[in-house]
Amino acid sequence: MIGIVSYGFYVPKFRIKIDDIASVWGKNPEDIKRSLVINEKAVAGLDEDSLTMGFEASSMALSGLKIDRNDIGSVLFGSETPPYSVNPASTILGEFLGIGNNYLASDTQFACKAATGAIITTIGQIASGATSLGLVCGSDKANAATHDALEYTAASGSVALLLGQENLILEILGFHSYSSDTPDFWRREGIRYPSHGGRFTGKPSYFRHIKEATSKVLEKTKLVPSDFAHAIFHMPNGKFPREIAREMGFSESQIETSLVVSMLGNSYTASALMGLASVLEVAKPGQLILMSSYGSGAGSDSFVFRVTKNIDSRRREFKKSILKKEYIDYSTYLKFMNII
Amino acid sequence: MIKVIGFYSTEFGEIWDKSLTALIADATLGALADAKIEKEKIDAVFFANMLSGVLENNLMLPARISEVLGTHKPVFRTEAACASGAIAFHLAKNWLMANPGKTALVVGAEKLTDYSPEEVTAGLAAAASGEEQAAGLTFPGLYAMMAQVYMQKYKYTEENLAYVSHKNHYHGTLNPKAHFRRPVTIDQVLKSAYVAYPLKVLDSSPISDGASAVIVTSDESLAKRSSHAVSVLASETATDSISLKGRTRLDGIEATQIAADLAFSAAKLGRGDIDVAEVHDSFSIAELFAMEDLGFWKKGSAGSQIRDLATMIGKGGKLTVNTSGGLKAGGHPVGATGVKQIGEIYLQLTNQADRRQLKKVKYGLTHNVGGSGGVAVVTILGT
Repeated sequence: MIGIVSYGFYVPKFRIKIDDIASVWGKNPEDIKRSLVINEKAVAGLDEDSLTMGFEASSMALSGLKIDRNDIGSVLFGSETPPYSVNPASTILGEFLGIGNNYLASDTQFACKAATGAIITTIGQIASGATSLGLVCGSDKANAATHDALEYTAASGSVALLLGQENLILEILGFHSYSSDTPDFWRREGIRYPSHGGRFTGKPSYFRHIKEATSKVLEKTKLVPSDFAHAIFHMPNGKFPREIAREMGFSESQIETSLVVSMLGNSYTASALMGLASVLEVAKPGQLILMSSYGSGAGSDSFVFRVTKNIDSRRREFKKSILKKEYIDYSTYLKFMNII
Repeated sequence: MIKVIGFYSTEFGEIWDKSLTALIADATLGALADAKIEKEKIDAVFFANMLSGVLENNLMLPARISEVLGTHKPVFRTEAACASGAIAFHLAKNWLMANPGKTALVVGAEKLTDYSPEEVTAGLAAAASGEEQAAGLTFPGLYAMMAQVYMQKYKYTEENLAYVSHKNHYHGTLNPKAHFRRPVTIDQVLKSAYVAYPLKVLDSSPISDGASAVIVTSDESLAKRSSHAVSVLASETATDSISLKGRTRLDGIEATQIAADLAFSAAKLGRGDIDVAEVHDSFSIAELFAMEDLGFWKKGSAGSQIRDLATMIGKGGKLTVNTSGGLKAGGHPVGATGVKQIGEIYLQLTNQADRRQLKKVKYGLTHNVGGSGGVAVVTILGT
């Protein structure tokens, strides 16, 4: 059985309130908060980027494990905001983690699902015998043009997973990817901020792809929504995951632990994985977890996990850790995001 | 007598899986099927569209229609901003009067939601004068200024405007092709976000995709064979300065008054004869202007009269207005709007309006405005 051996996450301590962004633009904060179901978002500091956050998350994932780091034969780094356009972040990550040089390093790109796609790649590598352990990291310091609707949600954060075949905390019982050419959100070379198709990012994009991928993985694993203790859907805002959960027959109680978006915002590549980090704090051995990511452009990767008894020794404190926060004002936010 | 013998409209809204051409094809083939005629019967096509040149870099649309229809017949394109549709109908009517025994297709279409709201808003501003555009005025901005003049002059508040949206959204719930099919309360309108004071999101018509087509004929034998034929009693148009600065008054639209007087005179009807009207409610204030400028209500009284909701379906008033949901709830695919308005009246006069069908309707009117009032078209249909 292939699965997740360990996980780690990193959420920067800075937060900006939706009220502060809305008031700059003369919007009614209550309207924004109600429509996006989000109160504040996490912001990486001036000296942080997707790579430094990725290192923090990966360090947590590898800490306390009795493994030889040289056995990690693959480091995949998924991000929309890597520090370089050309020059891998995955090698820098591997170097700083001290895993030697005999590994495959690769940076992956697929909007918000670059890391979940990398999980599937790593499953393939482990299944083929190319490596016994593989690290996947999703990390973003997501930026948005000022006064764009994305400004309320685009946030910072990172999650890392170590995959393997032994000593698992999560067994991967099944997965399915659904992809199509649906350009709902994009950023061209040389352009600083992403563009998006407004409501087009909804029905034909997010909802269609997640619904298809999730339905297929349920079909493959012969499971139904009520079999799951927890479900996690990519969180571009607080509204979409609730809607897709309702549409697919998942209850509010099945998704509520995963809905970190209202406090942390959408950390893009790390978004669904951050929901998983929240869920793993409380998940019990034997429980089933469904996770469906979404990447614009577009695709969804849906996974079925089963929690093992090893979870108890490798849980990470999540809820309490994200309460350690410091609020910043809008101008500080602009500075931290290198906008000014 | 020129008669309308068929109508079809696509759904209005965010129709992401259809191109402009596909929408035109759907409306055209639907109207031909409704009129129960073959495409070979069409002798000329009048096509209305505003923004394909600006947004899609697509002009030369007559040849596109030729491709859709597989025809070599003449195709004429009209552009008069939001009044493009009624102008196309007006020209078709004139062409048919000059050509007895012929049949024309009038099709209006617009494809907007593939573009960002900023691009579409900038495109729509092409219907304002260069000076107004340079001053940063958008269409909501122009109507907001007129609304302020009206409200100050006649002592009305935003609540008076909100009744228009409340009424038309109710009508939208009865129209399966409307962009918005949900009711809105006065309170919801008042609490919606401002677009340009005093106009809010729920005072404003949306950016929509859609296409509508009608078949019009001067072929008397064809009209006689039709099970649903409606007479075109008048189609009149008037113009005014493109800029607000060139207008004699800002508490209404003078071009509407002129076109209405001409139309009622041509139709030999009085205001009290009209049972149903589709008026140009691009913004809530525009319906109040329309009711006064068309001569249904006294100047300055619409703000209070709308509160009675006498023009709402089911209220028993003599005149019911915007049964389709209007532009506000029905949607506003610019080039299609004027054609859809005529189609809605056609449905009402031929008892085909389903859940929104009015009882005992004999005469209907449409009112289509281009720009902030630079063009107005008034059409009167009767059974």
